[in-house]
Amino acid sequence: MRISCPCCGPRDRREFTYYGAADYLNRPALDADASAWDDYLHLRDNPAGETRDLWYHDPCGTWVAVTRDTVTHAVIAAEAVA
Amino acid sequence: MMRYSGFRVFTQGLTGNTGWRAAWRKPAPKPEYDVVIIGGGGHGLATAWYLAKNHGITNVAVLEKGYLGSGNIGRNTTIVRANYFLPGNSEFYSHSLKLWEGLERDLNYNVMHSQRGLINLFHSDGQRDAFVRRGNAMLAQGDDAVLLDREGVRRMLPYLDFGQARFPIYGGLYHPRGGTARHDAVAWGYARAADQRGVDLIENCEVTGIDVENGRVTGVQTTRGMIRAKKVAMVTAGRSGQVAALAGMRLPIESHVLQAFVTEGLKPVIDHVISFGMGHFYISQSDKGGLVFGGDLDFYASYAARGNLPMVEHVMEAGMTLMPMIGRAKVLRSWGGIMDMSPDGSPIIDSTGIEGLYLNCGWNYGGFKAVPASGWALAHLIATGQPHETAARFRLDRFATGHLLDEEGTGSQHNLH
Repeated sequence: MRISCPCCGPRDRREFTYYGAADYLNRPALDADASAWDDYLHLRDNPAGETRDLWYHDPCGTWVAVTRDTVTHAVIAAEAVA
Repeated sequence: MMRYSGFRVFTQGLTGNTGWRAAWRKPAPKPEYDVVIIGGGGHGLATAWYLAKNHGITNVAVLEKGYLGSGNIGRNTTIVRANYFLPGNSEFYSHSLKLWEGLERDLNYNVMHSQRGLINLFHSDGQRDAFVRRGNAMLAQGDDAVLLDREGVRRMLPYLDFGQARFPIYGGLYHPRGGTARHDAVAWGYARAADQRGVDLIENCEVTGIDVENGRVTGVQTTRGMIRAKKVAMVTAGRSGQVAALAGMRLPIESHVLQAFVTEGLKPVIDHVISFGMGHFYISQSDKGGLVFGGDLDFYASYAARGNLPMVEHVMEAGMTLMPMIGRAKVLRSWGGIMDMSPDGSPIIDSTGIEGLYLNCGWNYGGFKAVPASGWALAHLIATGQPHETAARFRLDRFATGHLLDEEGTGSQHNLH
């Protein structure tokens, strides 16, 4: 698996650390109720097919949102989010 | 009903083995059942068996989209153990191991359960302290645990590399009642036993919808037509999210791929199950002679049932670090299983917000050894409406309420357990 880092170009999967679903981008407000935090931390759509998740590119420190297929492992798109 | 015995093997041998009959029927689905179990894997089949045996509920169908045992029950590394630490997990796996010890007699089926002993290695003083605590928790639960020092490990496992500097072997926690079992035989044994009590095992029957009326489950839609049911259990670890979505549920599960490997058959060389946690490697030798080993997840969400090469390389490196002798063995095959990873590494056996609909999922790496106790607990829940005492903490709402069972203490991230 190779992922196109928005900063460095196509790089081997070993340079990236997987964090989790892109749900992590939608952080609730600090005073949100517990169910919003449960949603954010635990509940997942977990699709078999196209998904969007967060990877950290270790060499350049870019957080990358990767659109990819969980059935074929094809990487469809990658964009910087932080 | 045909009972299996040594005498029958002998007489069949004398009569050309012409008298064996199919181990279970192939019934067409009836229009209605008391209980429909979605998923003909180990957990689903065990649930059917204990519903019949413990609760006398036999108007039951097990629906399997492929063939029985075609999922993770036939794709795992077959380890059976009860070495958990946390209250909530400890009593459950302890119960499971006791059920394993009587399973062959119970099912009249040889599942080749082999209590060859399991050794978890440790490599520092801190890790030793952690294993002492774990071993004491196991003893307090009534299970067995023996702390081995370095020489103790050397006597049992002389072939390990005791000279390596990165992870020096300080000792191990020995769990003599741990071991392995033949994985597909477990599915077949439960299937045959449940079938003999009248449970319908329906293969090639994929569930495409779950019918709910006024907050109560009424049946399922399948590729073989509609089946009405008073109660429905979703027992589809690996595909839990898709099945639960049919009932409008969103689960605290992320699916990951875990790879495993088997070498060519060798003469007996590894007598135990050995776990090298620091290196992410564990190994045992099958009765056929193949070395069966694996490591960690690939760490990204996947349904591919196959992994990528970096983890293959990592597992091989870890194996060579621990026991260089296996370097001469040729790997025959590798495969990946789809793991239901939950945010705390522990499973879910619970009712849902829909009356009559039950959920069994989230087995992470460790579903195989749990099969008997999981079926027992889910059958109890379906029959009585109350969680079984050994599975009372495997609640679906524990993530919302904060009552997590984080055995490894790695936090609420699905892939870290």
